[in-house]
Amino acid sequence: MATELPRTNVVVVGLGAAGGVAVLPLTQAGLDVVGLEAGAWLAPADFSPDELRNNYRGWPQSVQKANREVPTHRPTASAPASPRPAIHPMMNAVGGTTLHYWAQSWRLHPWDFKVVSETRRRYGAARIPKGYTVEDWPFGYDELEPYYDKVEVEIGVSGQAGNIRGTIDKRGNVFEGPRARAYPMPPLRGTGFTDMMAGAARSLGWNPFPGPAAVNSGRYQNRAGCVYHGFCARGGCHVSAKGSTAVTTIPKAQRTKHLTVVTEAHVTTVAVNAQGRATGVNYLKGGTEYFQPADLVLVAGYVYENVRLLLLSTSPAFPKGLSNNHGQVGRHYFSHNQQSTVSALFPRDLNAWYGLPAQGVAVDEWADDNFDHGGLDFIGGGNLWVYSDRRPIAAAGMSTFGRAPRWGSQWKAFVKANADRWNTAYLQKTTLPHEENYLDLDPVVKDPLGFAVCRITADYKDNERKVATFIQDKMVEWFKAAGAIATEKTGMGTMGPTTHAYGGTRMGDNPETNVVNRWGLSHEVPNLGVLGASVMGTSGSRNPTLTAQALAWRTADYVAKNWKTVAG
Amino acid sequence: MDYISRRDLLKRAGAASAVAAVPAVLTEAAQAPAAPPPRTEPLETLSAPEAEMLEAIAARLIPTDANGPGAREARAAHYIDRALGGALAGSREAYRSGLAGLDAHARATKGRGFAQLSEADQDQLLAALEQNAVPGFAAPGSAVFFNLVLNHTLQGTFGDPYYGGNHGFVGWDLVGYPGVRLAVTPDEQRLGQRPRQLHMSAYDYSMFSGRRPARADATPEEDTAPHGARHGD
Repeated sequence: MATELPRTNVVVVGLGAAGGVAVLPLTQAGLDVVGLEAGAWLAPADFSPDELRNNYRGWPQSVQKANREVPTHRPTASAPASPRPAIHPMMNAVGGTTLHYWAQSWRLHPWDFKVVSETRRRYGAARIPKGYTVEDWPFGYDELEPYYDKVEVEIGVSGQAGNIRGTIDKRGNVFEGPRARAYPMPPLRGTGFTDMMAGAARSLGWNPFPGPAAVNSGRYQNRAGCVYHGFCARGGCHVSAKGSTAVTTIPKAQRTKHLTVVTEAHVTTVAVNAQGRATGVNYLKGGTEYFQPADLVLVAGYVYENVRLLLLSTSPAFPKGLSNNHGQVGRHYFSHNQQSTVSALFPRDLNAWYGLPAQGVAVDEWADDNFDHGGLDFIGGGNLWVYSDRRPIAAAGMSTFGRAPRWGSQWKAFVKANADRWNTAYLQKTTLPHEENYLDLDPVVKDPLGFAVCRITADYKDNERKVATFIQDKMVEWFKAAGAIATEKTGMGTMGPTTHAYGGTRMGDNPETNVVNRWGLSHEVPNLGVLGASVMGTSGSRNPTLTAQALAWRTADYVAKNWKTVAG
Repeated sequence: MDYISRRDLLKRAGAASAVAAVPAVLTEAAQAPAAPPPRTEPLETLSAPEAEMLEAIAARLIPTDANGPGAREARAAHYIDRALGGALAGSREAYRSGLAGLDAHARATKGRGFAQLSEADQDQLLAALEQNAVPGFAAPGSAVFFNLVLNHTLQGTFGDPYYGGNHGFVGWDLVGYPGVRLAVTPDEQRLGQRPRQLHMSAYDYSMFSGRRPARADATPEEDTAPHGARHGD
């Protein structure tokens, strides 16, 4: 029998990017919040500059819940299962994957909120590609702008504005939606290599700019500036320059005295009563079962975990899983096409051994609807990004561009000469939800507790393939303009477990096709909310985290302002 | 174009060529391959014949040659032996059956065990292993084992010396990695600059020396996906 704990106003399941942000406006409004986190606190001394541990071994210093629940994958419902990776793309700790993420903190483009109506308006209804289940968001960019702004200030985002209330600044992204004000900090510094790439972009008539990062470019809110030491990709920050929620919003919420953080809490189900209202959550900690009653439950895990927790939470009122009486939980799932990259070989050392993935230069000319698609056979596009970041194992594992074998003396001579002469671009491309892509529970594979893991049934479809081809060609053009002597395109792969997953509990006004309403609260369970990218219906061409955080703040703000209605 | 300090001196003296995709061979480094260093650590997981064979394989994947020390001097096999008792324990059986399968093929086709063959014969067998041409391996074939050993040999040659490989920082010197630093200046990121070579493990820094990862920590098998497949975050 579970130990029943004292009731709280709000229980938040997961203190990562989204839950870790939501606790701040909730507690500042005076609501009592219990944050249940599967992981534990980690300290700067846990973030050693260790390529093996960070990039190959799945963070053994953290609680290993995620690595025991890696989703399974199959490209289609009739395809055999793909090989299952041993390491989950995300990790468990207070702060979640914001501890080791790249911290690129983009706002979505206004087009991303209106893909359907804008495509119809500009190109005609026939240009919505077949089989895709994309909808307009229930609101536009302007509605989310104030929340982007709040998050940027709280976690500390550095960057160069390109559009402040309609005034265009060519040092920034001229295509971005209007911002109320500049970033709280100037952008991260350039490097010799990124300056070289920026010059090449200008020679093509493009407008390169430094990207936004939740990494301090100087001292900010009592945290140090970035030290550019080269272990930021899947690495924690030993000087707390990265604006993880573990060092920003969560400790600030704790100072209100309204937040209780419970670590190593493994949530198993959300409980509901006979009337279909959420009553709290069940969790395991140290082998003991607890029940945390709450007026409002906010599920704030990663996409796979949010969907899985709802599907595992069956009850007489919700026999197919919580909030799933319309069969929409797990639907409209998609993941960013971050593959289909381009690598380039240069005739000189790039001195790119240090830096971070967020220290780079972007080109947005070919993203979203920033260019005319009239003569093209796809919608959307991609953001082109190159950056300074290199570690020795990965450097030695470089492509040989067809110029040397993979091992032996010739290979050794090649990597000795070229280990610092290559770069791989990061190309984030529009991906849309498709009727054949979804998440559900795996009928066979279980976690060590005996609960089914999440199963991904998804693959890239026609629009993603066409975008990838187009964007790779643009990237080849950019690398060649910078003097690359060889380029190489990598394949698209398939939609396996990833850091950029979206959907599964999509947000929208229509309960027939969406799990949560425009405020992030369930259409079916009025005191259940969902935070994170699982509510997002489009990806745009950029990293999801800042948008997931802005949405989480917006949901929390709505809850605080309408508490009596929400809590019933 | 290259990285170790004597090459810097050559470059400044104008003795090194300008940019090229494949380097000129250094004359002063053109010497006979060194004899294998005596094993300084006892085996932790592999049997002595397995370790001998793995060292022979690693030494062909990253040979000791005119470009300097290779996997043998880095003690990559020692790294793998140790990791197979901890973080890479999930691969222990693959090594047992893979090494046995390759050795059996060596005896059947060359009349001797793999470790006793000439370098040319070893290279021929490794190429066959890479091309799925060694019989007796489960589908999709022997290339899976080849890729496993190659990835682990790269880790053992270029990973942090704390884990038992990259002995004497020979791997980092080979690719010109300037070393683990806790802070990097703007100048150290400019073209044409060459940050001073540091020979420090992450765990040589006092901030991290108290939080060394357990060597036998049972963590998941690492992802050995090929170049590019794990790109992005």
